[in-house]
Amino acid sequence: MKVEKWSLPSILITIVLILLVLVMVYPFLYMISVSLSDSIYVMRGEVTWFPKGLDFSTYQLVLNDARISQSYLNTIIYVSLGTLISLVVTAFGAYSLARRDMLFHRGFTLLIIFTMFFQGGMIPTFLAVKSMGIMDSVWAMVLPGAVSTWNLLVMRTFFANFPTELEEAGRMDGLSDFGIFTRIVAPLSQAVFATIGLFYAVAMWNNFMFPLLYLRDPELFPLQVVLRNIVLAGSNAGSESMGVGSDAMVVEESLKYATIMVSTIPILLLYPMLQKYFVKGVMIGAVKG
Amino acid sequence: MAMQQSELQARAPASVPYGRFRRRWSRGKLLLVMFVPCLLYYVLFKYYPMFGIVISFKNYNLYKGVWESDWVGFKYYAMFFQNPDFWLLFRNTFLLGLYKLVFGFPAPILLALMLHEVRNRLFKRFVQTATYMPHFISNVIVASMVVMFLSPTGGLINQLMNSLGLETVHFLTRPEWFRTIYVLSEIWQHLGWETIIYLAALSAIDPSLYEAAEMDGAGRLRKVWSVTLPGITSAIVILLLLNVGKVLEIGFEKVYLLANPTTYETADIFSTYVYRVGMTNGNFSYAAAIDMFTGVVSLVFIVMANSISRKVSDNSLW
Repeated sequence: MKVEKWSLPSILITIVLILLVLVMVYPFLYMISVSLSDSIYVMRGEVTWFPKGLDFSTYQLVLNDARISQSYLNTIIYVSLGTLISLVVTAFGAYSLARRDMLFHRGFTLLIIFTMFFQGGMIPTFLAVKSMGIMDSVWAMVLPGAVSTWNLLVMRTFFANFPTELEEAGRMDGLSDFGIFTRIVAPLSQAVFATIGLFYAVAMWNNFMFPLLYLRDPELFPLQVVLRNIVLAGSNAGSESMGVGSDAMVVEESLKYATIMVSTIPILLLYPMLQKYFVKGVMIGAVKG
Repeated sequence: MAMQQSELQARAPASVPYGRFRRRWSRGKLLLVMFVPCLLYYVLFKYYPMFGIVISFKNYNLYKGVWESDWVGFKYYAMFFQNPDFWLLFRNTFLLGLYKLVFGFPAPILLALMLHEVRNRLFKRFVQTATYMPHFISNVIVASMVVMFLSPTGGLINQLMNSLGLETVHFLTRPEWFRTIYVLSEIWQHLGWETIIYLAALSAIDPSLYEAAEMDGAGRLRKVWSVTLPGITSAIVILLLLNVGKVLEIGFEKVYLLANPTTYETADIFSTYVYRVGMTNGNFSYAAAIDMFTGVVSLVFIVMANSISRKVSDNSLW
């Protein structure tokens, strides 16, 4: 396998992969460049790779927008509270499911797996949430997606492979099941907690359907809804021609890109550091598959 | 002998189901308590809505609620099947799912095979980092990017096409473009991420197989065909199965965000129709009937995919 390092196939594969990387990264590069460029260059369509005539005014406008700062705060609240609740409920549930000696172990497992194949659907779920009286509150964001079956099963698989000797040792020392989990299993499973917590956090950060269905009060809107109202509702309605003259039109474009970047930057910055945890999560899940 | 007997007697009560149950109960009730929040979630947000489907057989009345509303039998199901839009929705949902499967399924396999051939670790890691990234971007942002880049006024793609002497295309208001746009954006988003499982399967292939193939004079392509591909066949089959089962389960968010009345001809799918009928027009019973219909059809798809695969190969989901 060490021979033919720069043979024709290797070169072709390298070229294809580099092109692919460009396709993945360039859109972000372009948006950053346009949003940071002077409007004259944007208008002339001269911005391609790097910002021209550095100009931070679009970001000033975006960050001073009351809707965006309010929704940013809302999203942060939903993400922190949601991740905490999801993680606690999922971890406890997963640990008890991993213990084959739990009463009704099989029944509960089937109960959960069945929901992967059949669900009530959008409207019955909406009516259920409505009848619980949690519409238009933090709980409507946090509770309906509190447990993801996939994450639950990944965690269960992880806990099921936890060395039983350690659990036995805890039992010898007089720990209850609760104590065994909180004092022995959980502290030794930090990696899986980090992984699953990140999955929940990203899903909550990106969630658009829950606020669309369960929130009516604009004060409660998360970033994604505000983002959509600013960027998409405008362009869908063809309001781009609304600006005064063509100059205003292009500035609006930079403004939209700046809005997109402001709401994406946390994920873009954190992602490379957290990547290994995400991959680990898929791996644990795949072992079982 | 006597000891054996007394031992048996001591054990006997425990083997009686009721005794075992009691022992497991007293030993394991804390485990059950730990499971309660999770159980509560499934009961409240999964099973309670499942029973809420009864409103599709009723005439939902806001003041009477789900349980008190009047029964109407299959009225809303009949209404749906007789609706001229039914076949349009069915076709759109099915074709969107089919194209996503046909073009989106092989893509990560190809990428994984290419990554597997890369010897330089740093370069491989770099490509992986770059291609996994879009998976974490929200649908709202991806849809925003698509809309902005395809904009007929100053959008990146149209600018590029104009500079090549091509005419401006109004991509997002032309029904014939919707499926292409949707499928390409799906591939862009998830291509990298979906290679992970294949890469794991690829790294588990025994290196001695490659050496043996080399001894037999196999070239590079031959090795891919005879060693690499067989090594990931079972992963491919399982994932194909899952994806065939999910053909009709197209994510609501992105279609909802990218579609508009001018493209409904190809872009309107079951879930976006349910949203409009239920949430916008407030016809909950009719919308729930469509929910139920899609749920049952998806279930049938999964069961069928599984049973076909079990007959044809050794791989199955259950």
